[in-house]
Amino acid sequence: MAAETRPKRPIRWHIAVFLAPAVLVYTAIMILPLAGTLQLSLFRNIEQSQVFVGLANFRTLFGDPNWSAGFWNALRNNVWFFIIHMLVQNPIGVLLAALLSSPRLRFAAFYRTAIFVPTILSFVIVGFAWKLILSPLWGVAPHLLDLVGLKSLFTPWLGKEEYALTALSLISVWQFVGIPMMLIYAALLSIPDEVIEAAECDGITGMAQFWKIKLPLILPSIGIISILTFVGNFNAFDLIYTAQGALAGPNYSTDILGTFLYRAFFGFQLQIGDPNMGAAIATMMFLIILGGVCVYLFLIQTRLRRYQF
Amino acid sequence: MSTATHSLPRTIGAHAVLLTYTAIALFPVILVIMNSFKSRAGIFGAPLTPPTPKTFDLIGYTTVIGQGDFIHYFQNSLVVTVASLFFVLLFGAMAGFALSEYRFRGNTMMGLYLALGIMIPIRLGTVAILQLMVASGLVNTLTALILVYTAQGLPLAIFILSEFMKQVSDDLKNAGRIDGLSEYTIFFRLVLPLVRPSMATVAVFTMIPIWNDLWFPLILAPSEETKTVTLGAQLFLGQFVTNWNAILAALSLAILPVLILYVIFSRQLIRGITSGAVK
Repeated sequence: MAAETRPKRPIRWHIAVFLAPAVLVYTAIMILPLAGTLQLSLFRNIEQSQVFVGLANFRTLFGDPNWSAGFWNALRNNVWFFIIHMLVQNPIGVLLAALLSSPRLRFAAFYRTAIFVPTILSFVIVGFAWKLILSPLWGVAPHLLDLVGLKSLFTPWLGKEEYALTALSLISVWQFVGIPMMLIYAALLSIPDEVIEAAECDGITGMAQFWKIKLPLILPSIGIISILTFVGNFNAFDLIYTAQGALAGPNYSTDILGTFLYRAFFGFQLQIGDPNMGAAIATMMFLIILGGVCVYLFLIQTRLRRYQF
Repeated sequence: MSTATHSLPRTIGAHAVLLTYTAIALFPVILVIMNSFKSRAGIFGAPLTPPTPKTFDLIGYTTVIGQGDFIHYFQNSLVVTVASLFFVLLFGAMAGFALSEYRFRGNTMMGLYLALGIMIPIRLGTVAILQLMVASGLVNTLTALILVYTAQGLPLAIFILSEFMKQVSDDLKNAGRIDGLSEYTIFFRLVLPLVRPSMATVAVFTMIPIWNDLWFPLILAPSEETKTVTLGAQLFLGQFVTNWNAILAALSLAILPVLILYVIFSRQLIRGITSGAVK
């Protein structure tokens, strides 16, 4: 490398030139506003000027029953949203990837492409298309259930408080199952043939091979998928907003942190928007996501054994 | 390979599961597109059958094209996506090159600083971003969206591209240096063409969330002039709740461009994901 000779030169301006645009845009539009939002959460607009109030906004958020009920409701819903993704999306993704990666499977490229289609669609399309399908007006869902003799199970899921959140979570699962599928598929493909052959020599085949050989090898990928799901879920907004509106009905039963933040920040109908309370909620979301990422980085990732081939 | 373990029943089972899931994945899309070409009676009378000459009707499409300003929204989306993509790729490649090619003090720290944005979503800074855009008079301009999306796309782009640039041979670059090429020429003439495949992967990854985003258009650029197609579709769908022909046609119009692009680029996208850059 020429690196040894380079430090003799005084200043390597080209490094700065290469880095400058990205660092400037990233710092100005992403890092500073993030810091600014955290800072705003400590201020309050009193008589047209921002006054430092310490943690008063957070005291309101957790102490004022109007705010704290909404916040805990949104957080609880968000946790449920995340649990459904972890329990449904990721196992289905692993199953599909395991099937896709079986050797000499025909039409694998077709399946892969088709199953990934929902992931590229926008939330607006997904939310509305499912709203139409599940609508009792159109009757597609009851009709389909009728074909398998389960018509009695149909209710307007999106309109009932007890089902709406689960239904929306499953719609979101439907949309994003392609991502765990692809990442696990990639991880399975990267397992060298020698490992599989060695397992077969020892008589480990079929399901046992998957559980004992392949699954431990793809655990790091499952870890990454879990943290991606976590960040994505606690930052979600679009699907709920499209399907249920900013009020996250019925009766706030599908309210998650993203929609809660939107209403606090912008206001909606009778509620007046409050940037400082919005910033306080964004700060809470920041802390939750940061907490999740830290748990992943320091507890999970360091314990997962990585195999180098 | 493991030929002995692959019996016929197992293969059939695998195909059955995959086919079922493929049907689940495609059903809503096909249903919407199919019904968009039907009359109202056809939509409600037989939602699951393809349009027949009796039920075929383009009324939905004529309503959408007559009412919504979709071509304009479409242009906005295109401008925003293409411009953000250009800046993400250019700036991302430049920064990725600096991080992977040169050893300088703070290199690792700079890499970590730029990687922060992969995990922390830019959405959390919305309150301050809006203030910034108001202060600089950029609210309701496409520039605001382009800036935000550029910042949003950069962390992942830098991360992936610098991984790929590490693989470009040093001999080639040093040969260029001996021939007296400047560092800029080496980057633009030698390195960039070699990492073009990975640029395509980054492009697809960057493009989909930008095209589909609803949050920032809603907050930063909701005016009629600057609406993107996603926001336009959202508002249009809200207004025409009872006009099913128009809704289905609008949904189909929103699906089709993305679907066509996806079919063209799916090979690139899937190769990008499975090549191990994002493992």
